[in-house]
Amino acid sequence: MSYLEYTVKHVPTGPRKILFLNWPLALLLAAVAGVGFLMLYSVAGGSFSPWAEPQMKRFALGFVLMLIVAMVPIWFWRSMAGVAYLTSLLLLVAVEFFGSVGMGAQRWIDLGFMRLQPSELMKITLVMMLAAYYDWLPIARKSRPFWVLLPVVLILIPVALVLRQPDLGTSILLLAAGGGLMFLAGVHWAYFAAVIAAAAGLITTVFQSRGTEWQLLKDYQYRRIDTFLDPASDPLGAGYHITQSKIALGSGGWTGRGFMQGTQSRLNFLPEKHTDFIFTTLAEEFGFIGAFSLLALYALIILFCVASALTNKDRFSSLLTLGIALNFFLFFAVNMSMVMGLAPVVGVPLPLVSYGGSAMLVVMLAFGFAQSAHVHRPRQGH
Amino acid sequence: MKRPRVDTEANHRLVTRRAAILGGVQLAFVGALGARMQFLQVDQADQFRLLAEENRINIRLIPPSRGEIFDRNGVPLARNVPSYRIVIVREDANDVEEVVQELSKLVSLDPGEVQRAMAEMKRSAPFLPITFADEVSWEDLSRVSVNAPALPGVTPEVGLSRVYPLGSDYAHVLGYVGPVSDYDLERIEDPDQLLRIPRFQIGKVGVEAKVEENLRGKAGARRVEVNAAGRVMRELDRQEGIAGSDMQLTIDAKLQSYVQARLSGESASAVVMDVRSGDLMAIASAPTFDPNLFVRGISSRDYKALTKNKYRPLASKTVQGTYPPGSTFKMITAMAALEAGLIGPDETVYCPGHLTVSGRRFHCWKRAGHGWVDLETSLKRSCDVYYYDLAVKVGIEKITAMANRFGLGERHDIPMSAVARGLTPTKDWKRSVHDQSWVVGDTVNASIGQGFMLASPLQLAVMTARLASGMAVKPRLIKTIDGIEQPSGAGESLGMNENNLRKMRRAMYAVVNDRRGTAYGSRIIEDAVRMAGKTGTSQVRNITAAERRAGVVRNEDLPWERRDHALFVNFAPYDEPKYAVAVVVEHGGGGSKAAAPIARDVTLQALYDGEPPLDAYPTKDRGRIETQQQVLRGIQPVANISGRDQA
Repeated sequence: MSYLEYTVKHVPTGPRKILFLNWPLALLLAAVAGVGFLMLYSVAGGSFSPWAEPQMKRFALGFVLMLIVAMVPIWFWRSMAGVAYLTSLLLLVAVEFFGSVGMGAQRWIDLGFMRLQPSELMKITLVMMLAAYYDWLPIARKSRPFWVLLPVVLILIPVALVLRQPDLGTSILLLAAGGGLMFLAGVHWAYFAAVIAAAAGLITTVFQSRGTEWQLLKDYQYRRIDTFLDPASDPLGAGYHITQSKIALGSGGWTGRGFMQGTQSRLNFLPEKHTDFIFTTLAEEFGFIGAFSLLALYALIILFCVASALTNKDRFSSLLTLGIALNFFLFFAVNMSMVMGLAPVVGVPLPLVSYGGSAMLVVMLAFGFAQSAHVHRPRQGH
Repeated sequence: MKRPRVDTEANHRLVTRRAAILGGVQLAFVGALGARMQFLQVDQADQFRLLAEENRINIRLIPPSRGEIFDRNGVPLARNVPSYRIVIVREDANDVEEVVQELSKLVSLDPGEVQRAMAEMKRSAPFLPITFADEVSWEDLSRVSVNAPALPGVTPEVGLSRVYPLGSDYAHVLGYVGPVSDYDLERIEDPDQLLRIPRFQIGKVGVEAKVEENLRGKAGARRVEVNAAGRVMRELDRQEGIAGSDMQLTIDAKLQSYVQARLSGESASAVVMDVRSGDLMAIASAPTFDPNLFVRGISSRDYKALTKNKYRPLASKTVQGTYPPGSTFKMITAMAALEAGLIGPDETVYCPGHLTVSGRRFHCWKRAGHGWVDLETSLKRSCDVYYYDLAVKVGIEKITAMANRFGLGERHDIPMSAVARGLTPTKDWKRSVHDQSWVVGDTVNASIGQGFMLASPLQLAVMTARLASGMAVKPRLIKTIDGIEQPSGAGESLGMNENNLRKMRRAMYAVVNDRRGTAYGSRIIEDAVRMAGKTGTSQVRNITAAERRAGVVRNEDLPWERRDHALFVNFAPYDEPKYAVAVVVEHGGGGSKAAAPIARDVTLQALYDGEPPLDAYPTKDRGRIETQQQVLRGIQPVANISGRDQA
């Protein structure tokens, strides 16, 4: 297939576009959000306030946002990639000066009606920027050192800013998403091998630096890693979250303790039960079946995104959709690993389920781009 | 607006390939998450379920109500009454300072207590009730309840507290309870969980402490669901505890109150014991104190006053006090000689007022001497020389052995604190303790209950009961536990010659009823209830030869601490003995003057169950007795305490 074979007239126009949405994906998103409402209702002790109701409103808003974004042609969004990236970067800088401090880290800007977390936004705009970059870059150049270095800089600037907040979790996610996109774009594998080797060296160095004058991480971050490696060492202190979380998960058994019957969450043994640790409540109340079902829903969302991306012949659309899917995957995989005691507690919420406005809107915005890519995918003339 | 470009076929394949790799990695990770889920939720579910239950379920103990104590006729001696506390819950009070200010207008709050409570409140979780006032009266509580709307967070709490309705009459017998201290916990091996309850009351001394195990009962338990902060969310189930056993003492409350009142003003003690069953009808020590003070937590000023008092109100003199038995011991010396066949019929001894034994002169209390005396006269007139003579013939081994058979030198098994063993000296004892060999002079001293010999009033009562009954009767203080009669103190026959015992009893009868007897002044003239007894006056100092030459100083002229102890033991009725009585008045002077009248009054009170006719007293005493009885009845406490019982 050549460029000339492409005909634009098969791209739907006007309100008809809505029929060409990736509806299975939209329904999956709604289903996951529905699980979230249910759990927020439960952890509030059987009440829509204070969490379930605002969350539903935000999801409705997010869904509308997704539709609006989906209606806009993907090539418009491609042209906006640079602007979006720079805006996010500016916001990240702004948060340094005007941000509110939450949990010992400067993370959000209070916009009055909502708290904006620029690092959340950055996850999407970085992927957009890189997708646009590889869309623009002639294929032959993509593995040349200079053209590899450029996207690396694009990734490292926001990573450095987020790390300064300090938010280790998000900066690692940014790094992973950016690196993942470069991998998808087809950058030569040798670069990745080199980076992985370097990372291994860096991790060793980070641990070597502990307790010395040039210590690279904050003490609490080291402690979190320690706790992760051996949570039992401090069951009432640092390891408390993970221990209680595992108890909640484990006590769910096959079928769970029943809706609103989870003692760990109801009696506040679980920390952050409506945000980062909401998955444990689900696992406690609906057991392995419930927890695995949610995992399956997430997997299906990824699957539908990947399927959409691979059938899309537009390079930007394809990369963007894959990047969004990767972001989403990292999001829930890190959260689940965290609550199941497989990763340090880094403060990553469960996408679409955890209570929180800014994360919800950013996720829906991202899927808006994926939908736009799906609606406006190039079609072969018949 | 740019149109979308279509990617080259080759590049699309590359992207697809890369996507497949990354997708594979993602899939593998999802698989790993699923496997982890399965591991936690399926394989280890039971273990985690258990941990979750441990998290949420707390066991709270329900303190059982303590067993109550009654006298032999069912008069309550130790009871549990509701006690009220005022507690404040911080999270409900908003401004604690203000609430306390309001509260102090209604109830008098101890500033120290408030300060402690405030400090405790700062440390505790906001939903925990903190006690601001304990042992609040019903009236104060009502005032607080009426003003409840103005006092957010203030709630009354009801608990049970120990009360001794007859107060000081039983201070030494029952002892008292108090909150468990760290010291108590240290002493107890593997303490009951109950003892960890703050302010839980346990017996500290006396019966309360000695039969603590029976009185305490078994804790009940509440299983409650708590949240992560420890707040109780709901009760899951409860198992009531088993209340402590109620018990009855052998004490007769009416008699005990009388005896206690009769002893007041002296530093004295008295024991009334049933000669056959061994039941202790009264066991009183004066001065006494109010045990209720200790339950509430005694002030240091009150406590100091009690410990500094030279009459030692805290000491339970009936069992803890040991005194040289003096002449009351003469029956033992005589019995030892009789049983050994060393006193022939009508054998007499000449008393010139002293006896020289191995070069040392031992004086009779009567310097002029008693002339020729036989056994009965020697006891009646309490001639010392007669017993010095017996002592030399009998020897200390037989005397001590006889003392032991009569219950001296033995720690009687009754549930009171610090029951003393007394002392019946032997040659070995002297060698091991004093590192000196026994000399015959020691035997001479022992024969009249002086020297090393020591006995408690309880032991003297037991001795007298055994003399009166000829049985190895043992004292008994607890009559029933949970309505079950406890083993009686009645014992086997002492195995002594009944003729010898009869001789002793007749001699004791003469002491009280013969015109020349030392206790004639304290006789009972009602024939049916005549009593037999023996006076004793035990020296607490050595009379030097110089003093003796100058004329022995009269007791009244000595400082209190150096005066003689006055003792008296008796049983009655003579014909068919019922009660044995022992009275010791510390530093009271002569036994016949200080102790015998008390013993006689007590005996009559016991025999007539509180209503002795004046006819039983010698004519010249009746006027005094009548007024005395009126006074004593007036000060007998009423066996009831205010309206709190019904509250």
